[in-house]
Amino acid sequence: MTGAKTTSMAQYWDTPPAARRIRWAPFVIYGLLGFFALVYLLPLAVMLLTSVKPLTEIYSGSIISWPQQWTIDPWVRAWGSTCVGLSCNGIKGYFWNSTKMTVFAVIISTAIGMLNGYVLTKWRFKGANVLFGLILFGCFIPFQIVLIPMATLLGKMGMASSTPGLVFVHVVYGLCFTTLYFRNYYMAFPDELIKAAMIDGARFFSIFLRILVPNSLPIVVVTVIWQFTNIWNDFLFGASFSTGESAPMTVALNNVVNTSTGEREYNVHMAAAMIAALPTLLVYIVGGRYFVRGLMAGSVKG
Amino acid sequence: MEARVSRSSPEVASNSFGNWLQLALPKLVLAPTVVITLIFVYGFILWTTYLSFTRSKGYPIHEWVGWLQYDRVWHHPRWEVAMHNLAVFGVLYVVLCMAIGLLLAILLDQRIRMEGTLRAIYLYPLALSFIVTGTAWKWMLNPGLGIQKLVQGWGFENFEFDWIVSEEMAIYTVVIAGVWQASGFVMAMFLAGLRGIDQEMLKAASIDCASLPKIYWNIIIPQLRPIFLSSMVILVHLAIKSYELVVALTGGGPGYATELPSTFMYVHTFTRNQLAMGAASAVMMLLTVAAIMVPYLYSEMRAGRRASQQ
Repeated sequence: MTGAKTTSMAQYWDTPPAARRIRWAPFVIYGLLGFFALVYLLPLAVMLLTSVKPLTEIYSGSIISWPQQWTIDPWVRAWGSTCVGLSCNGIKGYFWNSTKMTVFAVIISTAIGMLNGYVLTKWRFKGANVLFGLILFGCFIPFQIVLIPMATLLGKMGMASSTPGLVFVHVVYGLCFTTLYFRNYYMAFPDELIKAAMIDGARFFSIFLRILVPNSLPIVVVTVIWQFTNIWNDFLFGASFSTGESAPMTVALNNVVNTSTGEREYNVHMAAAMIAALPTLLVYIVGGRYFVRGLMAGSVKG
Repeated sequence: MEARVSRSSPEVASNSFGNWLQLALPKLVLAPTVVITLIFVYGFILWTTYLSFTRSKGYPIHEWVGWLQYDRVWHHPRWEVAMHNLAVFGVLYVVLCMAIGLLLAILLDQRIRMEGTLRAIYLYPLALSFIVTGTAWKWMLNPGLGIQKLVQGWGFENFEFDWIVSEEMAIYTVVIAGVWQASGFVMAMFLAGLRGIDQEMLKAASIDCASLPKIYWNIIIPQLRPIFLSSMVILVHLAIKSYELVVALTGGGPGYATELPSTFMYVHTFTRNQLAMGAASAVMMLLTVAAIMVPYLYSEMRAGRRASQQ
């Protein structure tokens, strides 16, 4: 998880399977793999199919029946006019809350993590390992332990129920991951290049900007995808530190789904869920490889 | 801050401010993160711990009451249910995730077609928030609309699958959804491990005509021991932290039948105005996680340092 093991794990993940002399009956293998694939896809398929069916069809048909009559009305209503709590303006405002929050928090936490990784590997000082250990532990604490002080503090700073407040929280508790990723990546970066640049008179920041940064693309992608997914998907912080209009997408979605007034519009709920899922789903489809690397380097989700 | 010549920094003779700055710069750059960690991780842990020993209700009350809040939490019927659920959920979640993850990894390692697509399918639940996918699960598990209705519609009129509304069985629906979400991660870990196994040894074994199940059982799986350990530690700590699973699926219900420590903490802190009880339950969650993670991280860091020294 830390150090040398990380690189090797990610590396093996991308190597093709070895040729085995004995092979299992392909029937069994493909049958099992296909069965599991269907089970894993079922919730997503149900969500998608339901979100394009009219309500009458939902109550008369089954969960996986193919839509007789296609409609995008649930998506339109979810976006613009469904009720979240007491206001009925759809989820669009919350979608933008999440977008703003995620973009700023990802950029800030990644930039700081990059510098931290650089210091912890190329400018090591006495005690650096202990400091890294202290920072690393922050990745694994159950966040319940910080909820009460953080709520108090955000209130006192006038940042309760605001997007900047949530950006702050996500940066603070994202730093350990971004630091971990960049530290492990820069560990393998050759010290010779740094030493050569020093002899040429390069200093701390010029070495960073001219040598490290241009060679960091893969780990930047891994970190950005990891942070983006985690922050967009966060529910605990959003639910604890935001109310009403300032809530992020996940909190609003939970409110939509649990609104108990009137007839349950399952198709609108599913469309809202799909909209909430789209950004991370797109990132996953485009950068799935990098998502898995982040997952294994951090060996943690949550 | 005292300037100390670091091992890799250039030799500096003069003591001008510019040189001092260059030497102190790495520490200055790391300092904000260290300060943030000390305040917002360790400071907040101390703060919450302090609150758990006070009489605080809706707001902090600075009156020391000793272990009273811990006593109240431990004798609270909802906490009893939460601990029982955590045991049931934790054990099944870890065991099933490991079993399914290992099975999928072994199957995927048999030189099959479309490996990339299948891997992507098994892993996507981790990329989505459970608040999102829970919406679909909740609906599928709803007896009147979901799987029960579907199977009954196929002609099995007596088929029943109403766990989500049963106080006894609801926690198992949380297990199902949790395993669906996290088993792909274990698959990825095991698959990476399988790809790293020395192929020469396997060739030798297959020349000796050992059967494939024997090769897996006697040679391959024992070599995956470090991955068993890592996955288990990660899964146990995820189980303790699980929150969204319950919120999205059952909301803790029916009644409080699917309460977990995380939901107990949230409800007492934010809706029942029992700040100190919430704090006490959070401290117990932290201690449980720390008991697992601290030794693990310590050994990982030592192993990492040994590897980098070689």
